[in-house]
Amino acid sequence: MTARTTTIVTERREGTPSRRFNWGRVTDALAPYLQVAPLTLTFAVFLLVPIVTIVVVSFWDYDSIRVIPDFILLNYEELLTSSVTWRIYLNTLKYAALTWALTLGIGFTVAYFVAFHVKSLTWQITLFMICTIPFWTSNIIRMISWIPFLGRNGILNSTLISMGVIDQPLEFLLFSDFSVVLAFVHLYVLFMVVPIFNSMMRIDRSLIEAAVDAGASGWQVLTNVIIPLSKPGIAIGSIFVVTLVMGDFITVRLMSGGQSASVGLMMANEISLLQYPAAAANAVVLLGVVLIMVALMLRIVDIRKEL
Amino acid sequence: MAGPADIELAAVTKLYGSTTAVDSIDLKIPAGTYCCLLGPSGCGKTSTLRMIAGHETVSDGDILLGDTHINDLPPARRGTAMMFQSYALFPHLNCVDNVAFSLKLKGVAKPERRAKAMELLRLVQMDKYAERLPAQLSGGQQQRVALARALITDPSALLLDEPLSALDPFLRVKMREELKRLQRRLGISFIHVTHGQEEAMALADLVVVMNNGRIAQAGTPREVFNHPRDAFVARFIGGHNVLARSIGGVEKQFAVRTDRIRILPPNSATNGVNSLAGQVRLVEYQGPMVHLRLASPGVDEFTVAVTEQAYFAAPFGEGDTVTAAWNDDDMHPLAA
Repeated sequence: MTARTTTIVTERREGTPSRRFNWGRVTDALAPYLQVAPLTLTFAVFLLVPIVTIVVVSFWDYDSIRVIPDFILLNYEELLTSSVTWRIYLNTLKYAALTWALTLGIGFTVAYFVAFHVKSLTWQITLFMICTIPFWTSNIIRMISWIPFLGRNGILNSTLISMGVIDQPLEFLLFSDFSVVLAFVHLYVLFMVVPIFNSMMRIDRSLIEAAVDAGASGWQVLTNVIIPLSKPGIAIGSIFVVTLVMGDFITVRLMSGGQSASVGLMMANEISLLQYPAAAANAVVLLGVVLIMVALMLRIVDIRKEL
Repeated sequence: MAGPADIELAAVTKLYGSTTAVDSIDLKIPAGTYCCLLGPSGCGKTSTLRMIAGHETVSDGDILLGDTHINDLPPARRGTAMMFQSYALFPHLNCVDNVAFSLKLKGVAKPERRAKAMELLRLVQMDKYAERLPAQLSGGQQQRVALARALITDPSALLLDEPLSALDPFLRVKMREELKRLQRRLGISFIHVTHGQEEAMALADLVVVMNNGRIAQAGTPREVFNHPRDAFVARFIGGHNVLARSIGGVEKQFAVRTDRIRILPPNSATNGVNSLAGQVRLVEYQGPMVHLRLASPGVDEFTVAVTEQAYFAAPFGEGDTVTAAWNDDDMHPLAA
């Protein structure tokens, strides 16, 4: 590049001693910037500007009817010193941990089955498509459809009573932590299946034969070959699930019947009360927490080779 | 394991659905033999190897290693070890841990298994790279590690699936020498699948030429080269012309080595000599020899290998018509 530019410049100088403005040189220098401009612009508009706005607003003041541009730390002070905040964070982390563990267990098993036990590609694709069917409807509809099933007089309870398994309807089924986690798992398990399946499909089948040749049992193949080589997929799936659960508010509100709270729900409430600066401070703290969690996951697993 | 042992295949058959990949083959490989299974792709050589290794079930027949019937034993309990075509090194483990893998599975303590693995890495001159990951090694280095990993189980026989096919020609020749040296040093049988006849001839004590799931011929490289049993073997092993001659009204096939044929000077008498006149289609200079491809009616392919010296003493070009001649002694009859 440099060499070419130099020759052009020399030729011009020899040909036209009057030193005309050199457009070739300018466009050469601009080219890389023009090439990254669309991506930079997209990131700036859709990521940088909103985050900066939130951070700025989080330092503003407010009263019951308006927000006041200012620079105060009160929003953070109130947030971090309130025991409610800590309880809600703990609750959200509990949901995240439970959902993560369950989606990982189910997701790994499903991916393992489809990747290693289904031999024909046609069947692999078919089963994979079947996994995505729930995603053809909206999140809200998928959540709401649990309510008539799990309710006090719902399908499950009445079936169990008529079968004589229980006398009293089971109360924990709906509007409880159980139903919240159940809905989360239902909503997000595919985010775990897809990356793990992708990782598994990249495992060279001769590695498994080599392990068997070295005397590995089925379990040893799983722990010594398949799990280590699926780690990038597990990490990517975990990032999806954890970030989705940490930021969720609608699932918790619907499935707990308003009896449980999450960080997202706390923010939604603040917004509905027009306490934008408080919600913004909350958002900044949540962003920090989630980023730390993601960073920890990336420290454990190197996902670069998967991207 | 119990040290070197004979391998015997008796009527071994492999069916995939209704296709027969290996058709009732019998073969005895004495202990300490370098055996090459040679044949074109799809001839059943890899299926045979994988059945010996235990990565493919045997549809019919028996496989014996020493006195043990190994048909139904899992791969690791057969006393064989396999080296895979793509080496199949575990990408998440460094060289020592790759080599020590089977010991880890057996529950051998870490210092002990690493020491043993280092010993094998030294055997293949890879001890300097012990801490590297497979992705940080060249193809030849990966192969050495794979070799060490296969040998750590002290197998009675090492099974190699096209081990040299991924290497460049120069390295292939070098690794070929090393494989042979290692086999001599360890004294166990190596069973090596290849489609390269040159590789098989250079390495093998026993060449097994396979075609369509059957053994076309088994013998020492010299036997196979000088006495190919049929037209397929003669063509596949190379260096032969296959000719048909009608003797007493019966069509018979013969093989004539390309280097036993001479080009007659122009206008020589051809009475009483085996000869063939043809047009030179191609002259290929190969260093010590010059290969001439002749086109002649009724013969699909005819090659003459003349020494460089003889060729340049009386050179001729593509398009010239020449007469090739050979002695009766050099006509080797082929089975139909």
